[in-house]
Amino acid sequence: MSVKYKPAIHFNHVDFSFDTTPILKGITGSFPEGKITTLVGPSGAGKTTLLKLCNGLFSAQSGEVYIKDRAIESYEPVELRRLVGIALQSAPMITGSVYENLTLPLELQGESLSKDDALELLHDVGLEKELLERKVKDLSGGQRQKVSIARTLVNKPEVLLLDEITSSLDRTSLREIEELIVKINRKYNTTIIWITHNLQQALEIGDYTWVMMDGEVIETGESELLKDPVNDKVKRFVRGEAE
Amino acid sequence: MSYLTLSITLIFVLIPLVLSKTLKLGLEKDTIIATLRSIVQLLAVGYVLKFVFDSDSLLYIFMMVGLMVVAATHNAQKKGAAIQGIATKVAVTLISVEVLTQSILLGFNITPATAQYIIPISGMVIGNSMVLSILFLNRFTAEVESHQDQTELILSLGGTPKQAIHRQLITSIKASMIPTIESQKTVGLVQLPGMMSGQIIAGADPIQAVQFQLLIMFLLLTTAAVTSVMLGFLSYPTLFNQRMQLMRNS
Repeated sequence: MSVKYKPAIHFNHVDFSFDTTPILKGITGSFPEGKITTLVGPSGAGKTTLLKLCNGLFSAQSGEVYIKDRAIESYEPVELRRLVGIALQSAPMITGSVYENLTLPLELQGESLSKDDALELLHDVGLEKELLERKVKDLSGGQRQKVSIARTLVNKPEVLLLDEITSSLDRTSLREIEELIVKINRKYNTTIIWITHNLQQALEIGDYTWVMMDGEVIETGESELLKDPVNDKVKRFVRGEAE
Repeated sequence: MSYLTLSITLIFVLIPLVLSKTLKLGLEKDTIIATLRSIVQLLAVGYVLKFVFDSDSLLYIFMMVGLMVVAATHNAQKKGAAIQGIATKVAVTLISVEVLTQSILLGFNITPATAQYIIPISGMVIGNSMVLSILFLNRFTAEVESHQDQTELILSLGGTPKQAIHRQLITSIKASMIPTIESQKTVGLVQLPGMMSGQIIAGADPIQAVQFQLLIMFLLLTTAAVTSVMLGFLSYPTLFNQRMQLMRNS
């Protein structure tokens, strides 16, 4: 990707393996600050692993990762994970109410979220205030994802990693989440890295896109590239022939 | 009891053998092996104990307790193979429980410092601690595996490994302690404990037998609590690396 913007995250020849199986091979490139970059590619391309490298849930075996121009190793793990938040695909929740989940990031620091701040967060992600005391097991898939995103926002991350958060949602919930992410990006200038299987979504929401296959970055650029890719493999992928 | 009388008790082995043969349960071989092993092992232990009691040497007492710890560690560590250095952690736990309980018993003059008391009580404490370790490790490894997403969630929100594993740790500690607590609730109502029954059969005063049984039960309560808490807090850090990442082989 030609760097027109300051990178929020930069990879330099990053390799990652599980045991002896290579998952990421020679990843080099940047995610621009304050922009929405989508990661697309077939299942098993290494997209989730790449996200988990960004907030230190995994570490690369070789190569360098820079977060805001600082080597990732120079961050304390706790500091890094608050700076780079992640919303996971399954939107895992702790047992209890929506409030208990929203206050969790602060509880981990020995503090708590005020009810007013929690209500404001619910409002920000488009959820009714009545949901605050509801048990998370009674939430719909869309509501669960919104709570998961709101909970990640409690740490005020500068980078937000989203792992296929709309893959199991109905059309209405999907649209609401898309609008929410764009709003977060615009309002807080949060850098968004979003894994999606929905190419239409990548085109409409993303400023930039990375196409990954078999642990490698095949093509990067502005999202429009998905309309007319250069690489043959990517051409087949966008035609739906590669999965 | 004479050996002749003892041999007549083999009738109690004959009954399951006949039942197994008649109903084609296929348990004859296992029953015979179990019977032979129990005869050989218990007689051997009996003679060893007689020798140790007669000699009343501190060295032999230490050797007997040491042997118990080694055997119990070997048995329990198999259940925690996924946890790095589990054998050492189990051994440290068993030794700590043994030292703690014996220090209280001997320090307060509750039991005399003789082989006759130290060895059987150590056997009960170490044996119980071993079972508790197995229960704890079974549950803990299952909890960690089935709640990996919860662990990852807490870590991803900036939690420490201790915070990330807290729920699984507490659940496993509680689960491994519950059988000990529950069995104490019904003791005397459903069955008379083995040690107490043995003392009464051997002619001891039932009240004294009860007092000793209570002592053992309270001892086992401490054993249960200390074993699971100690093993838990020794084990969880090895599931994470220095970068606070959950290790893949966990």
